[in-house]
Amino acid sequence: MTDDILQQAAGWRAEGRKVAVATVVATWGSSPRPVGSQMAVDEAGAMVGSVSGGCIEGAVVHEARKTMEDGEPRLLSFGVSNEMAWEVGLACGGQVQVYVEAVE
Amino acid sequence: MKQDILDRLLAAKADSIPVALVTDLNSGLQTLVFEDAVHGGFGLEDDLLTKVRERLRQDRSGLITDPEDDEGLRLFVHAHNPPLRLLVVGAVHIGQALAPIAALTGYAVTVIDPRGSFATESRFPGVTLNDAWPDEALTQLKIDSRTAVVTLTHDPKLDDPALLVALRSPAFYVGSLGSKRTHAKRLERLKEEGLRDAELARIHAPVGLDIGAVTPAEIAVSVMAQITAVRRKGSAA
Repeated sequence: MTDDILQQAAGWRAEGRKVAVATVVATWGSSPRPVGSQMAVDEAGAMVGSVSGGCIEGAVVHEARKTMEDGEPRLLSFGVSNEMAWEVGLACGGQVQVYVEAVE
Repeated sequence: MKQDILDRLLAAKADSIPVALVTDLNSGLQTLVFEDAVHGGFGLEDDLLTKVRERLRQDRSGLITDPEDDEGLRLFVHAHNPPLRLLVVGAVHIGQALAPIAALTGYAVTVIDPRGSFATESRFPGVTLNDAWPDEALTQLKIDSRTAVVTLTHDPKLDDPALLVALRSPAFYVGSLGSKRTHAKRLERLKEEGLRDAELARIHAPVGLDIGAVTPAEIAVSVMAQITAVRRKGSAA
């Protein structure tokens, strides 16, 4: 799974697209995806993989585009509210830290 | 992530080489740590390198921080390991139970037995079978540090050649079925074949944790428990 994501990132780069990779580096409480989960995003917003059950991907794509523009990595922290946690199928909330970096 | 780092990471994964991508979250610099080499943007002191390799060995991605300093060191270690494998020598009754238990535990299982009537699809549905002689099969399957090897045939003609290859390989676990008496004789034979004491000491025998297992399925459970203990807790098990 992770292989496919990094391979996709490399493939997009080879086509000359801007690419950012987001990685879950820490979790607290119950978090939908474990440490090491990844997603890759290109400049057009195409994405593969996931860093949560879907509740923070939108925000991560937004930050990933900024990282593609300025080349600066970003460390993002998300608290998954109980309400959102419920929607992604978890009984309780969790926190997740995501590192976003450009492939260059 | 530099293209060079990504390319090397993907190449290592394609070759089934364990590697950790270490990211300094403060600077963004990255270094690849292999079992025996380091490549990348920043150097790691020996104690940190040891911690990174420990995480790689345990397949445990996560942060290394300085407990004394919240604002200090923040390294993210991303372990990239080839899949776990269990190579079972002997398509015997215990193997029929061990193969599905190992698969559930997350291992890619191959059962090796040159005796055609043992290694059959009907006895091992869905399991990868290899009918080469055990030493040839194990050499061909390139045992790495994510591989466990268990010999189950009781037959020196099959078990001994397998052990000669397995004990000189990086396998993280080598187990061999047989009573204490059988094992004592086996050790004598392997010693004559030129194995050193340190190599012989790697064999887990009698195989499996001592849980009083009697039936083939119970023995399979004890073997899988021992493999798990060695993987998660080190050689103490």
